[in-house]
Amino acid sequence: MPRRDYPVMSMQQPFEHTVTEHGPTVARVVRAVLGPGPDADDAWSETFLAALRAWPDLPEDTNVQAWLVRVAHRKAIDVTRGAARRAVPTDTLPERRATTGLPGSGEPDLWAAVAALPERQRLSLAYHYLGGLRHTETAELIGGTPAAVRRAAADGLRTLRQTLAPEGASR
Amino acid sequence: MTNDSTPTDLLDRLAAPTDLTGLHRLLELRAAQEGLLDVAYRTLDTPVGPLLLAATPSGLVRVAYEREGFDAVLADLATRIGSRVLLAPQQLDPAAHQLEEYFAGSRSRFELPLDHSLSSGFRGRVHAYLPQIAYGRTESYGEVAAHLGNPRAVRAVGTACATNPLPVVVPCHRVLRSDGSLGGYLGGTAAKTALLELEHAA
Repeated sequence: MPRRDYPVMSMQQPFEHTVTEHGPTVARVVRAVLGPGPDADDAWSETFLAALRAWPDLPEDTNVQAWLVRVAHRKAIDVTRGAARRAVPTDTLPERRATTGLPGSGEPDLWAAVAALPERQRLSLAYHYLGGLRHTETAELIGGTPAAVRRAAADGLRTLRQTLAPEGASR
Repeated sequence: MTNDSTPTDLLDRLAAPTDLTGLHRLLELRAAQEGLLDVAYRTLDTPVGPLLLAATPSGLVRVAYEREGFDAVLADLATRIGSRVLLAPQQLDPAAHQLEEYFAGSRSRFELPLDHSLSSGFRGRVHAYLPQIAYGRTESYGEVAAHLGNPRAVRAVGTACATNPLPVVVPCHRVLRSDGSLGGYLGGTAAKTALLELEHAA
């Protein structure tokens, strides 16, 4: 992170406020990236543990939400790699996990449609529309040009709309 | 659920509120295990109203009455001790349990590690002395001052009691005016009366 060279000041607000304020956003992002389930839960916890470790040294002017979303991206990669190491061989795509009954995984059709998106569309959509990153920031995270990321996010959203609003819907 | 999905609808649905209780609990446990918390806290409903309980890894550091403003107390702890302040009720189970026993009349002294880092100087000496006033007994501000070898420090004892960071557990409610009248209390006089009645009845 480029701001690391700045003189650092402690973040003085109780950390609980940060969990309350940004916990839901990070949950949406990791659920969109990994699918609702244990992997997303792991990524969420790891994100906030990393935030606790870094908290005293984060500069006061840090955009906390954007910072958390970038950490969540890295933690999602870590979780995916861990899951790949643990995985038994299977033909099922990892993002197509069962969601029934897990807290926060209402609307299984919607989350299944998100999981079915090509990865770049899914990430571009998650980081911008759910995580609030600018397309340029997403491009720094996942590579590619900001314009390509913007298109991927828009394409992903259109695909979702088509999947979830079939012919005959009023709009 | 509707199929009538504009992008905004879709995003609203993806952003629907979710219950993070389970995730939060996992964070509390892991953060405590890894020693990442400066302060863990919870609230506890008691006969004198909700109390905020806060602990550092060294012990119970703060008990606060609601009238002090829990948000203000937590902000103060974040500034004075460290900002890694997390709602983590399990870390306060022993304190909560002993307080429940106290309010039930079945506990007359607290056996908890205490973190006195919010007390210093003469106030700290007063706070360290107060637990020596036995359950069900009272002393005057002047008697406390005399016990501390500074009989003229009556007002300073009053100030120390008014700024006790660990009320109930460190029993500043057992200190009264020399004429026997109640004196002030940071939890309000009704709370002070309730604690004294509880202890006299037991």
